[in-house]
Amino acid sequence: MSVRRLSREQPASFAFSEATQADIQFWLGKFPTNRRQSAVIPILWRVQKQEGWVSEPALRATAELLGMAYIRVLEVATFYTMFNLEPVGRTLIQVCGTTPCALRGAGEVMDVCRSKIGPKNQLSPDGLFTWQEVECLGACVNAPMAQINDYYFEDLTAASMAQIIDDFAAGRDPQPGPYIDRANSAPVGGPITLTEPSLFDGSRARKVELPNRVQPEPAA
Amino acid sequence: MPGILEDKDRIFTNLYGLHDPMLAGARQRGAWNATADILSMGRDWVITQVKNSGLRGRGGAGFGTGLKWSFMPKVVGERPHYLVVNADESEPGTCKDREILRHDPHLFIEGCLIASFAMQANTCYVYIRGEYVREREVLEAAVAEARRERLIGPGNIHGWDFELHVTHGAGAYICGEETALLESLEGKKGLPRLKPPFPAGSGLYGCPTTVNNVESIAVVGEIIRRGSAWFASFGRPNNTGTKLFCVSGHVERPCNVEEAMSIPLRQLLEDHCGGVRGGWNNLKAVIPGGSSVAMIPAEQCQDVLMDFDALRDLKSGLGTAAVIVMDKSTDLIRAIARIAYFYKHESCGQCTPCREGTGWMWRVMERMAAGQAEMHEIDMLLDVASQIEGHTICALGDAAAWPIQGLFRHFRHEVEDRISSYRSGKPHVQGATLLAAE
Repeated sequence: MSVRRLSREQPASFAFSEATQADIQFWLGKFPTNRRQSAVIPILWRVQKQEGWVSEPALRATAELLGMAYIRVLEVATFYTMFNLEPVGRTLIQVCGTTPCALRGAGEVMDVCRSKIGPKNQLSPDGLFTWQEVECLGACVNAPMAQINDYYFEDLTAASMAQIIDDFAAGRDPQPGPYIDRANSAPVGGPITLTEPSLFDGSRARKVELPNRVQPEPAA
Repeated sequence: MPGILEDKDRIFTNLYGLHDPMLAGARQRGAWNATADILSMGRDWVITQVKNSGLRGRGGAGFGTGLKWSFMPKVVGERPHYLVVNADESEPGTCKDREILRHDPHLFIEGCLIASFAMQANTCYVYIRGEYVREREVLEAAVAEARRERLIGPGNIHGWDFELHVTHGAGAYICGEETALLESLEGKKGLPRLKPPFPAGSGLYGCPTTVNNVESIAVVGEIIRRGSAWFASFGRPNNTGTKLFCVSGHVERPCNVEEAMSIPLRQLLEDHCGGVRGGWNNLKAVIPGGSSVAMIPAEQCQDVLMDFDALRDLKSGLGTAAVIVMDKSTDLIRAIARIAYFYKHESCGQCTPCREGTGWMWRVMERMAAGQAEMHEIDMLLDVASQIEGHTICALGDAAAWPIQGLFRHFRHEVEDRISSYRSGKPHVQGATLLAAE
């Protein structure tokens, strides 16, 4: 388990922005009307998008919105590790440190973060960055990788990570995706499978006769 | 031709995202082809096809998909039926569902429709892990597109009212366990439920529910279009079909690839991934099915087949077919200690053996990785591991114990060497004389 507590310093109040309220209606529309609680994770996520983190007043507002007891919302916020219970930097870097990434050099990527930003889980002095070590992000064939804000930056090296941090610091917008010469999860040097042209020329869209069709019973 | 599966037999033709993932491109590649015909054959026929194909669940446990569907009540009573798709892909090493969600979403949505029809569900929830933001965006766009084209939704052209909702989690590995996922979907902490009742009797909101992995659902359309015999022609009996393999770690070119089941591990690594870094002889061990299964040493990798039964015989498992390759430079004890930390971090805290045991095992593993442990602690660790295994509500306790047991099954000597060399490097241990005097 990971022990997680609310921040000591809390804002006085919280209000859903108009954009968040529109999103909330979208999410509530997905669940039966008597199951509004189901939307609690997506809604807390929207709250975090709005504020950068989830504060106690925000939890209380969410509880009221969904008709839940406050403790139930608090449980959710402290259980799920993607909710930041403290303010984080404008750029949140989450480096995957689990074994598949560790085997391919996540340690060096984290060293870069440490030297350029500071200790993990702490807001950098300029307030721009926070970096964290997180558990498997599910992009293991593109190891080592990091999630920066919403998107995945893959196949990193110490050098490319340093460059990405510099770019964010300079207000640029580095592109997510692999940082070496490859397409998504294809092998380096280009795919060696899925090269057959007939897969993509539309021949598969032709009408097919289903195999194992049961013939209708002849009329008696 | 690399591997044993030919391109014409691959289901996920846009695995690498080189083509259009949206409807026009997906149709071109064969998705949504003859879907109405499939539904017109009736639900028993659909379930029979899936059963005959031998498809075993692709989420790790390998339970027969068609059989699972047949557990749903035959008649819809007062409570609606639900299909819930588990897209909470978090098993270390695994990154296959991600590719389906972002590159072949229509194949997946079509599978959801067919599966829902087969178990008389009108509503399907797809629970994606929170970190997959891009994947969720693509899937939402594809769902909106399918709804616009009336492929799904109320009164769609396929004649089965069907609504698909995408929702997400927020970073809890445990929500990949099916009942924890249901709890999370209900807006609670992801604590696994005791079974029975099984989800097919009482699942989401207390209604009959089936939880399936993304890959299991996404292959259904193609299986039925091409015939169960086609799918069953790959792999050994009881281990049939094609499978997405995720090869990570110390290979020349890590990649995802769809291959036939029962492909020899060595062929998989050498044909598709450029072989082990530094050559085959540089191989030390492989974790063949995601971090939850035991590792196998290089000599067993030589001719093992990648399927459920062959790996089970080696006391490991196919799991999610996430192959983590480790060469001779790897500190195996450190690697397993990191996996132990993962389970410590991800334990939900509900059952005492797991909540306390995962942390305890991690701390001991950390000391062993440094060599700072006593010899007798190895047996103590294995004893504790065996007391966690099988004594928890869900399989996370087992999954935390197996990698450690696997390490000691094959590399106990390495841990022993490290412990003894730590001592030999430090001639005097403070307090040792006192202890001896007592």
